[in-house]
Amino acid sequence: MLHILRQIARTGIRTEAPPSPADEAHDIGRLSAAVRRVLGRALTIRMVDAGSCNGCELEINALGNPYYNLEGLGIRFVASPRHADLLLVTGPVSKHMAIALRRTYDATPEPKIVVAVGDCGCHGGIFGESYACVGRVSNVIPVDVEVPGCPPTPTALLRGILAAITPRGPGATVPPVGGGG
Amino acid sequence: MDFSPLGLPSATLPSVVPAVRVIVPSGQLVAACRLAQEQGARLVALWASDDRDRGMGTMLRVALADADGLTVLELAIPAFEDARYGDVASVFPAAARMQRAAFDLTGVAAESEDQRPWTWMAAWPIDRFPLRRDFAASPAWEPGQEDYAFVKVEGDGVHEIAVGPVHAGIIEPGHFRFQVVGEKVLRLEERLSYAHKGIEKRFEAMTLADGHRLAGRVSGDSTVAYAWAWAQAVESITGVEPPPRALWLRALALERERIANHLGDLGHIGNDGGLAFGLAQFSRLREEVLRTNLAGYGHRLMMDAIVPGGVAADLDPRQLRAMAEESKRIAREVATLRGIYDEHDGLQDRFRACGRVSNELAVRLGVTGLAARASGVAGDLRCDFASPPWNSLEVRRVVHEDGDVAARVAVRFDELADSLRLVRTITEQMPDGDIRALAGEPVPHRLGLGYVEGWRGPVFCALEAGPGGSIRRCHPHDPSWVNWPVIEHATIGNIVPDFPLINKSFNLSYSGHDL
Ligand code: SF4
Repeated sequence: MLHILRQIARTGIRTEAPPSPADEAHDIGRLSAAVRRVLGRALTIRMVDAGSCNGCELEINALGNPYYNLEGLGIRFVASPRHADLLLVTGPVSKHMAIALRRTYDATPEPKIVVAVGDCGCHGGIFGESYACVGRVSNVIPVDVEVPGCPPTPTALLRGILAAITPRGPGATVPPVGGGG
Repeated sequence: MDFSPLGLPSATLPSVVPAVRVIVPSGQLVAACRLAQEQGARLVALWASDDRDRGMGTMLRVALADADGLTVLELAIPAFEDARYGDVASVFPAAARMQRAAFDLTGVAAESEDQRPWTWMAAWPIDRFPLRRDFAASPAWEPGQEDYAFVKVEGDGVHEIAVGPVHAGIIEPGHFRFQVVGEKVLRLEERLSYAHKGIEKRFEAMTLADGHRLAGRVSGDSTVAYAWAWAQAVESITGVEPPPRALWLRALALERERIANHLGDLGHIGNDGGLAFGLAQFSRLREEVLRTNLAGYGHRLMMDAIVPGGVAADLDPRQLRAMAEESKRIAREVATLRGIYDEHDGLQDRFRACGRVSNELAVRLGVTGLAARASGVAGDLRCDFASPPWNSLEVRRVVHEDGDVAARVAVRFDELADSLRLVRTITEQMPDGDIRALAGEPVPHRLGLGYVEGWRGPVFCALEAGPGGSIRRCHPHDPSWVNWPVIEHATIGNIVPDFPLINKSFNLSYSGHDL
C-alpha cells in the first residue's frame, strides 16, 4: 500500500493538460461541462466492435487513461445496451456482426445517440463493402456523428462524443469532427 | 526437417527465416506431418488456394516450424467434387479450425470428423466459396443466422452460459459458451469469426505496392509485426534487401509495439485482478509511449511505417535520443510497479494457479509466442533465427514455467524490461545510411514468406504474386489461431468470474484470426 501511495505521490493524478494539441484541455473541459449540462448525470456508453481491426478499440481504451480520464468526465462504459445513452460503434460492419449490431441498437432506449468510429465505421475504410463486409455503420443503423481517422486519436474521439451530446438547436455549435454529423 | 524416410525432396525458398518447400504426393500428407512432428515440428499455419486456373486444383499448404526453420508442405488436391485431404488435425490439433476455415473459403475439406463451418456464418450461400477465383458476391445476399452445433454437457445441475458476440467492455466480438456447475466451468467452447472481413479476398484486389496498408490492419495491435512480415514476403519474391538502417528502424518499431502492448496488458490484467491502480499507472505509461510514437513516426500505433524495401520515414537523432531517455524513465517506473504487483497479496491470489496451461498441454496443442513462453516453451524468432539486426542485439530469451496468469504476467514484465533496454541499444547503435531499397521485379507464382516475432507471438505471412505487381494470393496468419483453443482448456475447472482475467492474460486477436 505504501508503494502505491508513493507512486501516486510521484506521478500525481495526471489529468492536467498533456503535452499535445493546445485545445485538448479545453475540449475535455467542455465535454465535462456538456455532460453535466445535457444529462445532469453520467453519460453511459455501450461499445460495439462490429468488425474492426482492433486499432480503434486501442484508442477507445486510451480514453480511460489518466490523460483523458473519461470516468472523471462523467462518462462510463456499461455492460448492457438497455443502460446506454450512446452507442460507440467501430469497424467496417462485418456481415457476421450486422444482426448483433442491429439488435444492440434496438435494445438501446430512446433517445439514443450513435457515434461511428474510424475510417472503417465512417465509410468502410480499407475493407470497404464486400461479400463479408456491410461497410459503414450507417448502412446498418442511423448514425449521428462520424469520427474519421485510422484509428481516430483519443482527442478526436472526445470531440466526436462532445459533438454527439451537444444539443443541436439554433445557435448550437457542433465542433468539426469531419465526416457526417 | 528431414523427409527422406518418405522419399520427399525439398527445395529452398528465399526467406529471412530459413525455409524449404516439400511437395507431398496425394495420400502422404498425414504421414509427412507425423514425421515432422516426431522431429519436434509444430504447426504454424494451414491454408488453401484456388489453383484450378493453373491446372493444379486446390493447393493446400501446411507451414511447420522446427529448429531448422520453416517447412511448407504443398499438396495439390484435384478439382473433383468431394475431393478430400488427410486430417492434419489428427497430428496437430490446432489444424482443426484452420481446416474448417479452408473449407468455408475454398470448398475443399479434410477427412475429419468435425465438418462444422468455422469462417462461414450464414452471410453467403454455404455452397459458394469466397476464395475461389470465379466467386462473385451478390448484393442480394443478406446476413443470416446460422444454427451452430455447440457441444452440450449432460448432467445434473449443469447449465449453460452464453456470452457475446457483443461484450460488456471494450473488447472484440466473439462468442463464448460455458457449461457450468455452480460457478465452476466444466467446458468452454469458443465461436469466433464474427470479425471476418474478407481480408484474404481483399488482398487480391490490391497490389504489391499498397498491400502493406492492408497487412497493417489485419490486427491493429500488431500493425508493425504484420507490416514487417508482409514486407519480408514481398522482398523475398522481388529479391530486395532492405538497407541496414531500415532493419534497425523496423526493429525499433517492433520493440515499441511490444512495449505499448505489454504496458496495456499489464494494466488491464491488474485491473481484472482487482487493482485499478495498476490500470491507471500502466495506461499512463502506454499513453506516453504512443505520444512519442506520434512524434517520431507520425502515428501513435506506427501504422504504415514499414514498407517493402525499408521504412517510410527516417527518425532524426533528437527523436532517437528522446526514445532512449523515455525508455530509461519507463524502465524505472515499471520496476517500481512490478514490486507493487509482486507484493500485492490480493493480486497474487488471483494470478496464481489461475488459467493454468501445463508444459505438456502447451506442447501437445502447439501453443506459441508469449503464452508458450509462460508454459516453458522457449521459442522466440528473434533468438532462434537471429537475422539482422537481432544478431547484434542479444535479445533475452524469456521463459517461465508455471503456465498460469502469474507466469503470463511475469513473461510480460521480463520482456518489457528487455524491450526497453533494446530501444536504448537500438537508438544508440543505429547505423547510418539509406532507409529504403528500390523495389524489384516480382517473380510470379513464387511463394514469398514473412515470419516476425510480434508481441503476441510469431506473425506469419505467405504471399504469391500474379502478373504486373498484382497479388494472386496472400494468407496472413496470426499466432492467435493456435492459441485460441488452449483457452478452452485453461478455463476448465476455474470459476466463471475468472474468465475475463484468464482471457486477458492471453489477449489474443479476434480480427487477426477471423480475417
Ligand atoms: S479505422 Fe483503421 S484502426 Fe479503425 S478498424 Fe478501421 S483499419 Fe482498424
